[in-house]
Amino acid sequence: MSIENAHAGAGNRLFVSVWVYLLILTAIEVILAYLQLFRTEVMLLILMVLSAIKAGLIIAYFMHLRFEKPSLILSIMPAGMLVIALLFAFFPDSFRVLELRPQ
Amino acid sequence: MADANQKLIPMTEWGGGVFPYSVGHKKLGMWLFLLSDSMTFSALLIGYSYVRVANVNWPKPFHIWPSVTMATLMTLILLSSSLTMVMGVAASRRGDHSATVRYMLLTMLGGVGFILLHSNEWLGLIREGVRLWENPWGVPLFGATFFALTGLHMAHVASGVIYLGVIASGVRSKRFGPEHVEISGLYWHFVDLVWMFIFPMVYLLSASRQ
Repeated sequence: MSIENAHAGAGNRLFVSVWVYLLILTAIEVILAYLQLFRTEVMLLILMVLSAIKAGLIIAYFMHLRFEKPSLILSIMPAGMLVIALLFAFFPDSFRVLELRPQ
Repeated sequence: MADANQKLIPMTEWGGGVFPYSVGHKKLGMWLFLLSDSMTFSALLIGYSYVRVANVNWPKPFHIWPSVTMATLMTLILLSSSLTMVMGVAASRRGDHSATVRYMLLTMLGGVGFILLHSNEWLGLIREGVRLWENPWGVPLFGATFFALTGLHMAHVASGVIYLGVIASGVRSKRFGPEHVEISGLYWHFVDLVWMFIFPMVYLLSASRQ
């Protein structure tokens, strides 16, 4: 609680700067989509990385997780990321489907 | 909450009766709910991306104007509503009830704007002939995956607006305190976070320049 109170004062400026960073990352994504420089798979990877950074910013600052007790962070984040990573186990199959398709 | 924690600090966590996470049970419950909800959304998003990557002739109905521009505007609205939400949480922690209600109403306004813009997007696609099982451009899975994913997200935004409305009216009547506002904020930021994945995966990945 003492950490939260310390952040309550300086909070708004921090939140506005996080918001600006999120807008900049969104702008980069939209510009990349407009220019269409990359193949779908490469574009997917770039967008995933940029979105993961945005998600991290939202979770850490807007959802305040960075200022919580480490035990809460350790209970939530690794479990969530592991489960989501396990869902990706099937993903390489989609590239295989793409290759096997009769052209 | 603050008093309870201060009393609990001298105790050891092995003795019991201590909050191991230093958060209330409601907040922990919301975090666990969001964890399970994130799995639901990841399954839908990964399912969408799977069929998207596996099909070279995936439909690209999202033109830079109006679809992608509108979706970018929706992203801006949702991000800004998250900003007003954290301002609301900060105001409620200061004990400023009227500012809290004002910020929460602004957040709800953002949510309603998002729903209106996205409904317009849906109506446009439906008018072009996109259905759950067919569309004019080929791969029939497009409609099913698109409507399931964005529909579930829109349902979350809609219930989030209602949730914030309930909490805001409770703050006004002093029934709900800062913890309730913070927990509703967690939910709202999560809805925002999910859109940060749906927007690039659905719109930007299938954007077309004509």
